[in-house]
Amino acid sequence: MSETDELLAIADNKGASISIRNVGMDFARRGSVVTALEDVNLEIPAGTFCSVLGPSGCGKSTLLSLVAGLASPTRGTIALDGNPLTGPFHDVGIVFQSDVLLPWLTVLENVVLPAKVKKLNMEQARTTGRQLLRDVGLHDFCNHYPGELSGGMRQRASICRALLAKPSVLLMDEPFGALDALTREKMQQDLNRIWAEDTKTVLFITHDIEEAVSMADQVIVMSPRPGRVLRRYSIDLPQPRTPAVRRDPFFEETVDDIRNLFHEAGVL
Amino acid sequence: MIPPSIYKVLPPIFAFLALIGFWEFGVDYFDVPQYVLPAPSAIGAAIADHWQSLLRHSGVTLVEAVLGFLLGIAVGLPLAILISCSPWLERTIYPLLVASQSIPKVALAPIFVVWFGFGLLPKVLIAFSIAFFPVVVNTVVGLSRTPPDMIRLMQSLGSTSVETFLRVRIPMATPYIFAGIKISSAFAVVGAIVGEFIAATSGLGYLQLIANNNLEIPLLFACLVLLSLIGAVIYYAVVLVEHLILPAPLRSQENDEARR
Ligand SMILES: Nc1ncnc2c1ncn2[C@@H]1O[C@H](COP(=O)(O)OP(=O)(O)OP(=O)(O)O)[C@@H](O)[C@H]1O
Ligand SMILES: [Mg+2]
Repeated sequence: MSETDELLAIADNKGASISIRNVGMDFARRGSVVTALEDVNLEIPAGTFCSVLGPSGCGKSTLLSLVAGLASPTRGTIALDGNPLTGPFHDVGIVFQSDVLLPWLTVLENVVLPAKVKKLNMEQARTTGRQLLRDVGLHDFCNHYPGELSGGMRQRASICRALLAKPSVLLMDEPFGALDALTREKMQQDLNRIWAEDTKTVLFITHDIEEAVSMADQVIVMSPRPGRVLRRYSIDLPQPRTPAVRRDPFFEETVDDIRNLFHEAGVL
Repeated sequence: MIPPSIYKVLPPIFAFLALIGFWEFGVDYFDVPQYVLPAPSAIGAAIADHWQSLLRHSGVTLVEAVLGFLLGIAVGLPLAILISCSPWLERTIYPLLVASQSIPKVALAPIFVVWFGFGLLPKVLIAFSIAFFPVVVNTVVGLSRTPPDMIRLMQSLGSTSVETFLRVRIPMATPYIFAGIKISSAFAVVGAIVGEFIAATSGLGYLQLIANNNLEIPLLFACLVLLSLIGAVIYYAVVLVEHLILPAPLRSQENDEARR
């Protein structure tokens, strides 16, 4: 398959389903064992948006790296489209908790990095990259270095990079954590729109309840460490979402319910 | 139009000239004897009188220092890369290397003279033994400074660990590597001079000993001036190379400026 064909073939897929079965994860450190995740079960149908909510240190980032195949679970299995993961999964876009742009590359060069590493057509990648940067309002900063950008702008650029190769799975680890409330809401809408236009499976990690509910088809609430699934919420509101979703009675009800759940779990 | 860099260069130049002025005036005013502190004009005169031999001996010292410095980089960089690639080496060699730094390198000089004679080699080796450590340590530290998420990002894109090393970890380490190299450049000159103090027939250190014996104090100071020039030449050569091969965001100078 030529490079262009490959890009096109991935372009109109509907994402991959993710299934997480009985997953547990231990970290051994200087003799003691820290259990980060315990008996996590989760099904994310292809092309749906799943938010994971949980207190700090409950294993959200760990879960994400397991789904990306960057680490192997101590117990249980993770399968993508029914195929158990054995190594890093490459058809994935990741936005890490820390924005990891390479400081010596311009914003555009950073965004097209996936194409460069995967040896795809660079011309096409640059066109796509510019378009993505325009979508998030960064087209004036294509040739700037990341060090010249604000935290929020860097995070937006990382999102563009994650989307570039049109991955079938998008993993996002508190991507808007560093943003101010205003930019944050704007980014939530943008992400929701981009996702609705080009559906892929999204695993979105956050500890903002409203953010989780406003975009997702399902919200997974996790317990404090060791992280387990406390409860699963289906958010049966039409997609794509508009800002008006926050005034929907169902939205408010769900947000309240999750807040109470955290109260009971002793997190809030 | 006056380039803005003028405003950065002018204050230290003025400060330097003022210092020279006070020195000249002070020596004259307090009648300081020349064998204690010669006036800048006397040092200048010594440079003018002895410029040929100063030039020749500077050349010798420069060559010793540069060879030791380059050898330090040539050995230090690969060694650091090996250490950061192999946890086994990091546990065995690296602690020994760090411990070896408690040996005062200067005290090695007489031994090197016994082993390698009076020529170029012992000086180069002393310069090398001092210069190489900052390169190793800074490179090892720099190579460990890549954020783990950056490495995970490359992994998820299907980059092999060798590719990730070349494409990400080395560039991320370059500011540290150059910081180490700059320290080494100054150390190498120290090494060369120490070697010359012990046993030599040429070089600025040798010339200093001669001048000292003959109580030609202005010449002693003239050697000092040329030594600082040698140090500055090597240092700015490194800065130039850094400028030529590194993109702006990785250059330590620019970053220092930006941090202010
Ligand atoms: N590489 C590691 N080595 C050892 N322990 C680890 C490692 N990564 C995570 N842990 C442990 O696993 C637990 C979960 O970490 P994780 O980063 O997944 O939390 P998180 O839910 O993402 O938290 P936050 O919201 O603060 O980002 C923590 O207690 C942490 O100490
Ligand atoms: Mg985290």
